[in-house]
Amino acid sequence: MPVFTQPVPRDLRAKLFELNWAFVLLIVLTGCIGILMLYSVAGGAWDPWAIRHATRFGAGFLVMLVVAMVPPRMWMSLAYPAYLGALFLLIMVELFGATAMGAQRWIDIGPLRMQPSELMKIALVLALARYYHDLPPEKVSTPGGMIVPVLAIALPFGLIAKQPDLGTAVLTGATGAVMVFLAGLSWKIIVPGMVAGVVGGVAFLRYGLEEYQRARVLTFLNPENDPLGAGYHIMQSKIALGSGGLTGKGYMQGTQSHLNFLPEKQTDFIFTMLGEEFGFVGGIAVLVLYALILGHCLMTAMACRSVFLRLVTMGVTTTFALYVFINAAMVMGLVPVVGVPLPMISYGGSVMFTVLIGLGLILGAHIHRAAEPPKGAGLFG
Amino acid sequence: MRRDKQEAQAQFNRRTFMVGAGGVGAFAGIGAQLYTLQILQEDEYRVLSDNNQFSFRIQLPTRGRILDRFGETIAENRDSYRIYLIREQAGDPALALDRLSRFMPMSEARRERVLRDLARTPRFQPVTIAEGVDWETFSRVNLHLPELPGVMPDVGEVRTYPMPAAFAHVAGYVQSAPPEIAGDDPLLRHPAFRVGRTGVEIARDVELRGAAGSLKVEVNAFGRVIRELPDQSRPAEPGRDIALTIDSEVQRFATERLGTQSASAVGLDVQTGEIVVMASTPSFDPNLFVLGIPSREFSDLNENPLRPLFNKATNGLYAPASTIKGVISLAALRHGVMRPGERVTCRGSVQLGNRRFHCWRREGHGPVNMHDAIKVSCDTYFYEVAARLGIERIREAALELGFGQLFEVGIPMLSQAGGLFPSPQWKRARTGQGWSMGDTYNVGIGQGAVLASPLQLAVMTARMATGHAVEPTLYPRGGPVHFPRLDFDDAHIQAVHNAHVGVVHEPGGTSYWSLGGLGVEGIRMAGKTGTSQVYSITAEERARGVRDQDDLPWRLRNHGLFICYAPAEAPRYAVAVVVEHGGGGARSAAQPGRDILRELILRDPAGHSGVVAARHEPINLAQGG
Repeated sequence: MPVFTQPVPRDLRAKLFELNWAFVLLIVLTGCIGILMLYSVAGGAWDPWAIRHATRFGAGFLVMLVVAMVPPRMWMSLAYPAYLGALFLLIMVELFGATAMGAQRWIDIGPLRMQPSELMKIALVLALARYYHDLPPEKVSTPGGMIVPVLAIALPFGLIAKQPDLGTAVLTGATGAVMVFLAGLSWKIIVPGMVAGVVGGVAFLRYGLEEYQRARVLTFLNPENDPLGAGYHIMQSKIALGSGGLTGKGYMQGTQSHLNFLPEKQTDFIFTMLGEEFGFVGGIAVLVLYALILGHCLMTAMACRSVFLRLVTMGVTTTFALYVFINAAMVMGLVPVVGVPLPMISYGGSVMFTVLIGLGLILGAHIHRAAEPPKGAGLFG
Repeated sequence: MRRDKQEAQAQFNRRTFMVGAGGVGAFAGIGAQLYTLQILQEDEYRVLSDNNQFSFRIQLPTRGRILDRFGETIAENRDSYRIYLIREQAGDPALALDRLSRFMPMSEARRERVLRDLARTPRFQPVTIAEGVDWETFSRVNLHLPELPGVMPDVGEVRTYPMPAAFAHVAGYVQSAPPEIAGDDPLLRHPAFRVGRTGVEIARDVELRGAAGSLKVEVNAFGRVIRELPDQSRPAEPGRDIALTIDSEVQRFATERLGTQSASAVGLDVQTGEIVVMASTPSFDPNLFVLGIPSREFSDLNENPLRPLFNKATNGLYAPASTIKGVISLAALRHGVMRPGERVTCRGSVQLGNRRFHCWRREGHGPVNMHDAIKVSCDTYFYEVAARLGIERIREAALELGFGQLFEVGIPMLSQAGGLFPSPQWKRARTGQGWSMGDTYNVGIGQGAVLASPLQLAVMTARMATGHAVEPTLYPRGGPVHFPRLDFDDAHIQAVHNAHVGVVHEPGGTSYWSLGGLGVEGIRMAGKTGTSQVYSITAEERARGVRDQDDLPWRLRNHGLFICYAPAEAPRYAVAVVVEHGGGGARSAAQPGRDILRELILRDPAGHSGVVAARHEPINLAQGG
């Protein structure tokens, strides 16, 4: 396998040379689509969304490149402290967090307002990757090897779900689960686990949801029952998409979005607006763009030599794919409205940085794919 | 170790491939759903999107005008100034009203009503603060508009009646459609739309209304209008103008001439049946009704004993009294029961069984022939004629001349406006008693159960004057009219006609002294007075000193009637006047009747062809004849 024979680049020039530029190009393209759409949302104005989106994307892009240059060893050493810090912040949010729109999601640190759940997405991926990197493969399916990952996933899932932010919680939990699966968990555990998960999930839907969340789920199952209430968003989104047709109503010509029939069009429903203005052609083009990014991610993961980089890459990839899938499926009425943005296109600061840092990790994994960091001394080594 | 590692790598790659395959499946599902929505279901969602985006706002049609025979305006539309408030721009509504009240005084009640309306209307939708604002206030508010955020002045149309008193009963008025009429019709439910409620306004409502247009507008999710799309809108179709046969100047004259009395007058063109005058007094201001009449003012009108809201010209019913004597005479001549020259001696009363029937002239008229009997209005003569004719033959002639006939002239009338001409069958059904000679006597002088409206009296007059079955109308017939001849000899018509001329122009005629003619050089008129008994003074009252009508309270006094037509040589206009409780016809009704007739002769509305410019030409009476 030639990839493994290749040396690990050490200096900046070599690293830049190894940077997956095609991948970078796809990322830039996606960010530009975001700017284009946010310009349209404001009715053809940079203010208030497009300009800030562009600024954040630019800043996040630089952060991404820096992250890509950092040697994986450094991420490994940061993995556990980062996870514990993120968990601490989530608890702080639970205790003191600012409430916005009925959900505690933010914590104010001086002038900064941050969403610890975003930080947790990265931290969990790093921590699980580090854990499995250190864990001998034969121990993956033993009770002792399973207790830590289960707790590491369950704690943030519970805290985020309680905020309540079901979308992010599901995203975090699912990412963790995929990583455990990829780490080599035995099918003998996976199959009963999935059965238990389904039963637990149904029970959770029944008894564990806030009233508004249950309403969303029920409405999702039958949106026409409540066209002016909870089903309104889904109906209007489908109308916007459907009326877009093959080629759309034209840039900045989306009537559903510009006449405010479409809710939250600069964030969760931006794909709807894109579909209304550019039609099936535009929607498919964006999905293909994401698919290309994800394909690069998968190839990177398989090219990596170390367990850590493989799992980091796949963790980030899973999160990214889930973002895209849940968002698109949500606006098309395939899954309930849970409030998940479309990466790099939706307006929103925290998510933008999470995504770009994550992509930075994948770019870094590509650069350092031949590296094989030594196994550490378990959890506290 | 290396083997394990390779095995782990291979497992990882297998599982990665599985995850990737799952991802491909998920994305394929999304793509399929996108295809379903945007390609397969595009049409239905496009309809839903259009329904969201566009809505239609109703465009009110301009109501047709009502015009007199010369194109003079009876009902039109004028700009109505309205003031709206939009909460979204106004900020605190109470403060906004405070600011506005500096330029537009506002009652506490209105203020509360506006605040209530504002609270239950979407923020961006205008709420009416005032309608029908006067120009001065409107311009003051406009001038200070920069200091009045959220205040929106607007101009709409409102029905207006420039000659309110003269046409209140003929033209009628409009009002907002009551819910039982409006139903679900968005036009009728529109707060600014008015429908006809009385008179011509209701009779020709559909034509006057026109058809609503629709304005296609683009609305946002909150229902706010973003823009109008006139290209795809249908303009409102204005209503038709309706012309009447009335001469508004004579109408105005008649209304003023009757003044504050409870009276009515109908004037006809006897050749066409066109109603040139139809007045009912006292009148009211229909403009008050258009914007909603305050309930106190309405009850004042409604409870007024002179009944200003009641159209007496068409719906008032009175005993025709002596005005019927021409009809009795024509019947007598037709059946040969009385030759024109044959005399009956009047001694002031006749005895019939144990009842005594008086002539109005206590001392009697002596021997009178038909001409004299009409001229002096001798009752005794007509008792005799009626007795000879019998009720059936009288009734036959009366019905031919228009009694008991409901004339649908083109405005709503009460069903009893057809009046009543009694028959033995009617009496039996009504009272269970048989017909008596006394009843025939009473009918012979137009008293008893006979009832006719002023319109019917005018038609009767026109038919007597022409010998044709004149049919009245309020709307121009647009061409020459040939009414069928009535079955009376010309000679008989002429004899009765001569007698009616005698009433005014021969010494002894009941109107000879009071009128002395038409008052137009070279033109003579025909006429007949009548006094319709309302209450008969009892012997007991006579003993208490109630000598005559003037001693009775107003509501018990007799009605005064007068019918007339001119020119005598070639009749063109007929007029009937009834003055309720006015006392004798010669005294109360004859002069207004003559004055209205003279006005018609002088202006000769039929003589010019409805062209406004022709109105100032000299009167051509030859044409009128």
